[in-house]
Amino acid sequence: MITPAKILIIIPAFNEGKTIAQVIAGIQDNAPYCDILVINDGSPDATAERAKAAGAKVIHLPFNMGYGIALQTGYKYALEKGYHYMVQMDGDGQHDPHYIKELLEAVISGKADVIIGSRFSKNDKSYPYRAGWIKKTGIILFAYITSIIIRQKISDPTSGFQAINRNVAKFYASESYPCDYPDADVIIMLHRSGFRIKEVTVIMHHNRNKKSMHSGLKPLYYIFKMLLSISLTLLRKRELLNQRDQRICP
Amino acid sequence: MPLRQKLFAIIISLFLLVFIIELVRRKKLREEYSWLWLLTGTIILILALWYDMLQWITHLIGASLPTSTLFFLGMVFLILIAIHFSVKVSALNTQVKNLAQENGLLKNRIEELEEENSGNRNEPRRTYSGEKEEKREA
Repeated sequence: MITPAKILIIIPAFNEGKTIAQVIAGIQDNAPYCDILVINDGSPDATAERAKAAGAKVIHLPFNMGYGIALQTGYKYALEKGYHYMVQMDGDGQHDPHYIKELLEAVISGKADVIIGSRFSKNDKSYPYRAGWIKKTGIILFAYITSIIIRQKISDPTSGFQAINRNVAKFYASESYPCDYPDADVIIMLHRSGFRIKEVTVIMHHNRNKKSMHSGLKPLYYIFKMLLSISLTLLRKRELLNQRDQRICP
Repeated sequence: MPLRQKLFAIIISLFLLVFIIELVRRKKLREEYSWLWLLTGTIILILALWYDMLQWITHLIGASLPTSTLFFLGMVFLILIAIHFSVKVSALNTQVKNLAQENGLLKNRIEELEEENSGNRNEPRRTYSGEKEEKREA
């Protein structure tokens, strides 16, 4: 790299006061060259204060708007500030900051536009990650559907641990980004827009304290919404979001 | 159609039309949202006055009673209005989302500017010499 690329780590956080400081410290240890941005998604607890004290930049949303919207705010910020590469992570300590480097290397080398940290290794089909059976079925089902549609093996379409470049960020910040459950449908949209996707195996820590985003009856809604979103994505014309020729060279 | 029924339908539709127009006049309802309601009122009125038309539609859709045709059309309009609202709510959702995001980003920008400014106020001399240097360079 001739000029150092500007890298931003985006952490959407809702009531992550217990873990956020630890996550930020972990990132500062493993990737000191990155700026850290926490999107406080209207948390009533001390998430924002703790994140700020730990040395992250904090953006406040006026009320709780959901994971996807918080994430998109981060991408809008990153584009505004001219960051070249972004890594999105969860604030609950599920994603190991140790792997940031690996994800970034893959995206900076230009091998792919999106690198997804997958909790399942490519050959192991046992899905060791502990989750409810509906969610597990959902993950496996959508992993297969996604893999078939984009003709590439995707083992973990639900992963929120991703490294992306600026062109993908433009897509994430656009109105075509599905903000309620950005998931397998995003991968298909990315593929249809001509972005290259790659998976890297990472270890995810299971968080016992936290109620999952997919709990209660939500997994059923999630499966329904995802099927609908995927089918509609396939019905739409390919959007002209492929801006590969404008790719930034760091 | 019995006279009583006819009168009732006419009164209801007239009341609906006047009510909607009054709401729009007092700016309680935007024109944009009023047209579907006005259309509903007008069609009920037309069908109540023009019995042959109602009978023709009843025959066309295979209903046995003209009253059920009126009910059916009423339902169709309610569904259309509900869909219209869903579309509007979706658009509002997107707008609220964008506003909230913009609000967050602007707040952040203000904080940044305030920090920069307070830094300058504490060190007025440095700012001054900085300006002088800029002039010299120019």
